[in-house]
Amino acid sequence: MKKLLMATAAVALTAGTAFAGGHAKEVKLGVLFGFTGPIESLAPAMGAGADLAMEEVTKSGKLLDSATVTPVRADTGCIDNGLAVANGEKLVAEGVNGIIGGDCSGVTGAILQNVAIPNGMVMISPSATSPGLSSMEDNGLFFRTSPSDAREGQVMAEILKERGINSIALTYTNNDYGKGLADAIKTSFEEVGGEVTIVTAHEDGKGDYSAEVGALASAGGDILVVAGYLDQGGLGIIQGALDSGAFETFGLPGGMIGDTLPQNVGPDLDGSFGQIAGSDSKGAEIFAEMAKERGFDGTSAYASESYDAAALFLLAMQAANSTNPADYVGKILDVANAPGEPINPGELGKALEILAAGGEIDYQGATGVELIGPGESAGSYREIEVKDGKNETLRFR
Amino acid sequence: MDLLNALVALTNFVIVPGLAYGSQLALGALGVTLIYGILRFSNFAHGDTMAFGAMVTILFTWLFQSVGLSAGPLPTALLALPFGILGTIALALFTDKTVYRFYRQQKAKPVIFVMVSLGVMFMMNGIVRFIIGPGDQRFTDGERFVISARTFKKLTGLDEGLAIKTTEALTVVTAVIVVAVLFWFLNKTRTGKSMRAYSDNEDLALLSGINPERVVMYTWMIVAALATIAGVLYGLDKSFKPFTYFQLLLPIFASAIVGGLGNPIGAIAGGFIIAFSEVTITYAWKKVLTYGLPDSLAPDGLVQLLSTDYKFAVSFAILIVVLLFKPTGLFKGKAV
Repeated sequence: MKKLLMATAAVALTAGTAFAGGHAKEVKLGVLFGFTGPIESLAPAMGAGADLAMEEVTKSGKLLDSATVTPVRADTGCIDNGLAVANGEKLVAEGVNGIIGGDCSGVTGAILQNVAIPNGMVMISPSATSPGLSSMEDNGLFFRTSPSDAREGQVMAEILKERGINSIALTYTNNDYGKGLADAIKTSFEEVGGEVTIVTAHEDGKGDYSAEVGALASAGGDILVVAGYLDQGGLGIIQGALDSGAFETFGLPGGMIGDTLPQNVGPDLDGSFGQIAGSDSKGAEIFAEMAKERGFDGTSAYASESYDAAALFLLAMQAANSTNPADYVGKILDVANAPGEPINPGELGKALEILAAGGEIDYQGATGVELIGPGESAGSYREIEVKDGKNETLRFR
Repeated sequence: MDLLNALVALTNFVIVPGLAYGSQLALGALGVTLIYGILRFSNFAHGDTMAFGAMVTILFTWLFQSVGLSAGPLPTALLALPFGILGTIALALFTDKTVYRFYRQQKAKPVIFVMVSLGVMFMMNGIVRFIIGPGDQRFTDGERFVISARTFKKLTGLDEGLAIKTTEALTVVTAVIVVAVLFWFLNKTRTGKSMRAYSDNEDLALLSGINPERVVMYTWMIVAALATIAGVLYGLDKSFKPFTYFQLLLPIFASAIVGGLGNPIGAIAGGFIIAFSEVTITYAWKKVLTYGLPDSLAPDGLVQLLSTDYKFAVSFAILIVVLLFKPTGLFKGKAV
């Protein structure tokens, strides 16, 4: 026992000195995503995207006094407000300089209200898209590199109209994201003269969706729009609707776009279509290339937005010459928007140099970042159709 | 013709899924009710026992698929099922020996047993996730449909399709067989009779020379088999995801309690009551009525009693009503 104690003490001592040594100049960014829960299949690529930007900056050695940037990961569970807030507080306690996250809209609002505002911490979310977050009181601390779902509703309505679809049945996952998106789609589609036969919620994490499918089938419609998650109820609804012959074509908003959906559903999904936030900027290609080298899929949903969120933090810190949230928060819109030198992914070193010299940049990043209104992306979308079991990009709008 | 269409639509979206879901709940509720009747506690670990059984079966299914063994048009999982049952029996007996027996010897109160089963639930939860992961696993193979909506339309010329999945047919058939065997076992065999005697009056059963440990052992074996079958059928019909089995615990307990805890017939009836109430009360009758009524009476709205958001509220409302007016359940189980 005595030996064990001695050994423990020794280890603790060395660990302590190691920490002190590396502490000279370190920037910590919290990465607060749903590594478990409904979008757990998207979170790894999102985390990798954020890491990529931090690594690039660390390697360039040009941030502040050649500071190193370390990611500190924590889990939101995507739909678990308690867990997300607890982990948000943990990150603040660990001394992060900013939080990339949250991911799903409900927990993002909870973290913003309970952690970010009381602590004056800045949050940039890559994937929270609820329209409600645009009007939420945020003391100017909240930004997002993804557009609001209100915009996605308009885009979806345009696509539906162009494809000659006049009536849809609509189901959404029962949370802030699903409800907000469903409302946006319904309003926009009715504005262009379409008919929404039914709007019904489904709960995630259940196995049996026959009641929902029955109601949707009875209401009818040309196609079924599923504003849900591809790992969860969305998949169950599509499977149930296909099996019972209720619907053959599906409209798939952002949360349903991912490689696992066509894989799990099989050839029956061919011909279904949808859209996800994304752009055809040069940055998207460069980012996909960089991601490939690092061994993850850069076109995975919200991976590029995560890269941009991390980059915006670091560029704003450089512009303000401070890692204090209160100092750099005012610079985020400056570095994201014109005027200035356009910056693509992989050029973060150059951007840091320009900023250090007192110049201006217009960060484009992997998604053609343009922050509008209360600090959210203006929003360009990638239109997708499922062909031969793959999500094919048709065009950008 | 229109009346036929109405009938087909109703069968396709209400009766077929209701029957399949009801059978799955009934099998699950039978396991819960047996434990309650004989071991006298509510086993919260039942949902995760189902997940464990399904997991072992899936692992064997993958093994069989990799060596090219198949059951023709039926899912390979049926061949793997006996191995899944054996694995689950081993786990159930192991937990009984290491956990429950201790409390049984102490003559612990039922509420302590319930808490213990909660602990066992979390352990099993972890084991299943550790071995197979938290994600979706698909292991269904073989013929997907007995009859698909498209074939049915072509065959009959009706506007409405009727789809019956192989897994749905399989679920109902298996449930009928399992229930028949279980009742024969409980009513006709010596072991079954001793189990019922032990359930009715523990002290009297002990006096007449029934070995309690044996009864407990047989109970766990039967429950493990039931849980595995229910878990595999559910996984085949929907998909296997550990979390959904945990969620399944609520409707299963609702079924067992509505029917009367400790009463096997009640468990079966309860399963179907809960399943059909979830599906029918939230069903939008527009389609059926449009077919069934003359044009002048056809409804414009959805004719939906309650939005599907409330489907769980429906089963729990039934549960509360039953508990208020008939606390022992519809089929007179033990008092809850």
